[in-house]
Amino acid sequence: MVCFCTLTYAQAASEIMQKIDKNMSSDNRIVESSMTIHGRRNSRTITSISYTVGTEKSFTEYLSPAREKGTKMLKLDDKLWTYYPANDRIVQISGHMLRQSVMGSDLSYEDIMDDRKLSDVYDAETESEEVIDGRAIKVLKLSAKVDDAAYETRRLWVDTEYYLPIKEELYAKSGQLLKRTTLSDFKKIDGRWFPMKLNFKDVLKQGQGTDWEIISIEFNGEIPEYIFTKGALKK
Amino acid sequence: MLAFNLAYKNLLGAGLRTWLNVSVLSLAFVLIVFYNAMIDGWNRQSRDDTQDWEIAQGQYWHPDYEKYDVYSLNDAHQQLSEQTQQIVDKGVLVPELIQQATIYPQGRMQSVLLRGIPKEQEVLKLPTDCLLSPNKPNVAIIGKRMAKAAKLQKGDAVLLRWRDKNGTFDARQFTIAAVFNCDVAEADQGQFYVDYQLMQEMMGFTNEATLLVSKLEQNPTIDHWTFQSADRLLKELDDLINSERISGMIIQMILLMIALLAIFDTQVLSIFRRKKEIGTYIALGLTRQQVVGIFTIEGAMHSLLAALLGAIYGIPFFIWVNSIGINFGSADMGITIAEKVYPYYSLRLVVLSVIVVLVSSTIVSYIPARKIAYLKPTDALKGK
Repeated sequence: MVCFCTLTYAQAASEIMQKIDKNMSSDNRIVESSMTIHGRRNSRTITSISYTVGTEKSFTEYLSPAREKGTKMLKLDDKLWTYYPANDRIVQISGHMLRQSVMGSDLSYEDIMDDRKLSDVYDAETESEEVIDGRAIKVLKLSAKVDDAAYETRRLWVDTEYYLPIKEELYAKSGQLLKRTTLSDFKKIDGRWFPMKLNFKDVLKQGQGTDWEIISIEFNGEIPEYIFTKGALKK
Repeated sequence: MLAFNLAYKNLLGAGLRTWLNVSVLSLAFVLIVFYNAMIDGWNRQSRDDTQDWEIAQGQYWHPDYEKYDVYSLNDAHQQLSEQTQQIVDKGVLVPELIQQATIYPQGRMQSVLLRGIPKEQEVLKLPTDCLLSPNKPNVAIIGKRMAKAAKLQKGDAVLLRWRDKNGTFDARQFTIAAVFNCDVAEADQGQFYVDYQLMQEMMGFTNEATLLVSKLEQNPTIDHWTFQSADRLLKELDDLINSERISGMIIQMILLMIALLAIFDTQVLSIFRRKKEIGTYIALGLTRQQVVGIFTIEGAMHSLLAALLGAIYGIPFFIWVNSIGINFGSADMGITIAEKVYPYYSLRLVVLSVIVVLVSSTIVSYIPARKIAYLKPTDALKGK
């Protein structure tokens, strides 16, 4: 009986995770967003537009401020290139550079590279149920089922109405908390709920983290294939 | 011999003028010897320190390992074969596993090279015995530069984050067991040393290493490892020191030129003012070339007197400097240089410096003396 209940509980958690994937993942999407990086003395905001197809292809162009304008990033499978207009050069980001922060934010290149579906990487179990700000929240503990997961465990606080996490914590193998993401301002777009505001925080670092706000998002729009070529970086 | 006697008497007879020239030349001589001795001392100390702290008698590298290419680190590791393990067990080779990691001292993020080194090793001077800590499972040692950059000291705890062989993040608190004082920047800056066995466990490896440090000068070939001799590993240091030597030579040359210009000036003045003397020499039967020789030796003897004078005040100065060393402060210049550099005076250096000064002063003495060959004895006797 206990085993049956545990199994059912796990299945329920797995279903929740799949529903989150359904909300968060798409065949393709075009996102215009702003990223606010909070420094010690001041904050700066960078706007960009990203074109993403599945988890393999992604192209981002920075629109402002003037210093970053024209900088582009292309991700194809596990490779990442950055184009810097100031010196008209394409640089492949690999090795230790992938661990560096993107534009001084709390996100590393590796973080933006690893966008596999949760259900492909983790097994889920429901840890507890809570009520936060009057909303029913399920706390899921995700344990990696593949060897190459960046984070061995994750903990998700999932809003059971929207099937989106309001908070996510990423843990090292040792159980040390490494990063925390807070998601808010959920909106229904093309039949799915999506967070319009996110805050990424490397909890080991000082500071307020990095705010990421979606200005506009379009799912399954038309994205020309040429955009995912190195030639497009210099255009 | 006559020429030497005459030159010696003439030089002493010139009094203050001679001593001014000799003083300037001796200063140039002492500075040339001192500067080159400093460079040689730096070179010897740096080579010894680098061998003591980092490379010993050479290293065996994983074929993909490139010291200055961090991209190579992820994959540059392999398991030790049975044959290699036997040499390691004899204490002749020290395996080191190197991977990238991040530390978070006081909430700041700092990239480090995580180095796993056996705590029982005795080939390198690193205080790896401090990694043996039964009470605390996770201890590390760092150098003084690293400690300063990360604002860490002995006993402090710091969080270390790394990725294991599968790319999964892991993190643990490490206690700094020792901060070592080492003059080799590359063995210190950005380096975080932990026990070799502990690092195998952290990374999920089984007895894998990036490089093997060798204790012996005679190194056998080991399959799948590329041997890098100490001379090859020290080449960059040698190149750096040689470039310093060359830039120093420019200053030495300028100083020497000033001293030689004074000798040249003195020679021109002597020949102009001592025409009657030149005429007398020729009238007494000396050939023109002999007279040129007398004047050339006279000029060149400045350098011998300079060497003697230089020795009188230079030797005590050199001995004194050698007893206290030249302080380069904390030497945080990113290069291998001891806090105190002791000049190294070799016989070769002193002899070479004497020869350079002697030859150059002979040349500048000879050039104006050549004019004597064109003097008419009768005109010379009249002082014309």
